[in-house]
Amino acid sequence: MTKTYNIEVDCANCANKMEEAAKNTAGVSDCVVNFMALKMKVTFDEGADDKAVMKEVLKNCKKVEDDCEIEI
Amino acid sequence: MNKKQKKVLKRIIIAAVLMVVFGLIPESILPEISIQEAVAETSSVLILKAVIRFILFMIPYIVIGYDILKKAFKGIKNKQVFDENFLMAVATVGAIALGDYKEGVAVMLFYQIGELFQSYAVGKSRRNISELMDIRPDYANIEKDGQVVKADPDEVKIGDIIIVKPGEKIPIDGIIEEGEASLDTSALTGESVPRSVRVGDEVISGCINNSGVLKIRTTKEFGESTVSKILDLVENASSKKSKSENFISKFARYYTPIVCYSALALAVIPPVVSFVIGINPNVSQWIYRALTFLVISCPCALVISIPLTFFAGIGGASRAGVLVKGSNYLEALSRAKVVAMDKTGTLTKGVFQVTEIKTVDSSIDNDTLLKYAAYAESFSSHPISISIKNAYGKEIDQSLVSDVKEIAGHGVTVTFEGNEISVGNSKLMNSLGIEYKKSPLNGTVCHVSLNKEYAGYILISDVIKETSKAAIAAMKSAGIVKTVMLTGDAKAAADSIAAELGITEVHSELLPADKVSIVEKLLSEKNSDDDKLIFVGDGINDAPVLSRADIGVAMGALGSDAAIEAADVVLMDDDPVKIPLAVKISRKCMRIVYENIYFAIIIKILCLALGAVGIANMWVAIFADVGVMVIAVLNAIRALSVKNMS
Repeated sequence: MTKTYNIEVDCANCANKMEEAAKNTAGVSDCVVNFMALKMKVTFDEGADDKAVMKEVLKNCKKVEDDCEIEI
Repeated sequence: MNKKQKKVLKRIIIAAVLMVVFGLIPESILPEISIQEAVAETSSVLILKAVIRFILFMIPYIVIGYDILKKAFKGIKNKQVFDENFLMAVATVGAIALGDYKEGVAVMLFYQIGELFQSYAVGKSRRNISELMDIRPDYANIEKDGQVVKADPDEVKIGDIIIVKPGEKIPIDGIIEEGEASLDTSALTGESVPRSVRVGDEVISGCINNSGVLKIRTTKEFGESTVSKILDLVENASSKKSKSENFISKFARYYTPIVCYSALALAVIPPVVSFVIGINPNVSQWIYRALTFLVISCPCALVISIPLTFFAGIGGASRAGVLVKGSNYLEALSRAKVVAMDKTGTLTKGVFQVTEIKTVDSSIDNDTLLKYAAYAESFSSHPISISIKNAYGKEIDQSLVSDVKEIAGHGVTVTFEGNEISVGNSKLMNSLGIEYKKSPLNGTVCHVSLNKEYAGYILISDVIKETSKAAIAAMKSAGIVKTVMLTGDAKAAADSIAAELGITEVHSELLPADKVSIVEKLLSEKNSDDDKLIFVGDGINDAPVLSRADIGVAMGALGSDAAIEAADVVLMDDDPVKIPLAVKISRKCMRIVYENIYFAIIIKILCLALGAVGIANMWVAIFADVGVMVIAVLNAIRALSVKNMS
């Protein structure tokens, strides 16, 4: 399953950091952050609960980039 | 400016005003002295004044720096210690601890000014690009019970009639049922000349209707329409990272810790050595130098400007109608040395037209020959057959044709009006034992025989695109060493087109599978791995070749899912001039990337050296850091501009 979320982040490198953090979250099989569109496209592992996973993703992203925001 | 930026701006102004005001307090009232100096003087009045001065300067410091301190603290907590917040926090807290209150505040202030500028510039260019790429239609007008209602484009079904008024975007691909208009396709193709359309024309979503009301019968669902596909492509463009970007993130991962430890070494080793060999260790001076070192070393200019450059480059390219799927491809494009092109649909229009009809004797005229050929080919959907039928232009009654014998790769023999007609290439004539006339070379020849007697031939040629020749010339001037044309056509026809266009190498009479092996051969012939090979095709049957080449470019491929999937670069229209343009855009982008890398690193190393030996103080340090970043960001934004490049 793949879902797209709106995000808020200030710089392109921070977007890369978020992508890395999201990728390393359990339940996420792939993630692409597009800084240009301010969108995060997350592919979840089979059977993962997307809402619960996204909470973790946000938490992990906040760790690497305090200023970021994801509209879940 | 957004809310966050406005807030930062306010803080900057408040902090700057406070600093200036406190700085203007005369020496007699508030001497420029730190607490430890005052303590050393053992004058209680002086200590009091120093404490007041400390408290006064702490106000702007907290105003401007509280979020940096918070982030640095959080970073330590989250084990993301070495980032720029950490560097700035340590440097400013260190400066204040040493008694340089003013410098501590100033460093934080200028750092924030730099950050604000950076976030403003980035946000602005981001909005610029996304506005240009804002082709998503919000609604579709559908006719319901004689009334026009606005509907979600997702809900419109194939075959529904939608209405597009002047000024509106076409939401879904379809065919015009009623009305005519001129369409602005610039958001899709970068082409500024409007396209005029009328009943029966196919229109793609994302174009803006400049004039006239159009009734369009949809041929696709919204999700499958051009506009959705492009948006999908653009939104996923950043998934592939370039080597330079990977280099920068790796660089930052090692660089910051190294700098921090070097700063620590600078603060500890010289005083210890001095102490051991018995000279004044001058601890505070070395700590000050170490802090300066930290400020200078902040890698912001690099980590911010490099991804920004690629982002701007990809944005600029999409503005010109060139969709690049990732910054790695942009990087590869800049190293392109060989361009292999499919002929049909790429260099030629892929529209076959009857360009010549020749009969051998006067017993049959041109129109009759064409008529016979058209009837003979009436059951075929081969492009050649279609062009013959188009040239004939009249209704064909297939019931008049009987005994159809089609031999693949040769042609067809039928009985029509009591005559046995054979239409096909020279192989067919040979197998039938019919002697045929030598024919011109620039096209595909269809021989026609009547009752086993040679009657004449029809010449069908593909039309070369108007811009193909200029495109090949532009490729050469853009540093492409080798241009190669691949085609399934006969050698003679292929050679004549290649000669006309100025292409250096031609491979003709290829089957689709041969194209892959030719591309593989070209790949193995390259001088080095850094030289890249571009393959350009129109996306039909090209998917394997597109994925095999270093950079697969699909042209005018908005209709073909497989091509968009397989290609690394998608040209939104079918103009071959976009190929050299893409290369030029990528070169410019890479040049800016390297300019920024070298510029930032050289300035940093220079300042680090000056800082370590004590020539550069913290003021120089902060100006070096913010200045380099501002220049690098401004330079990065240049990648957005693709005007005057074609």
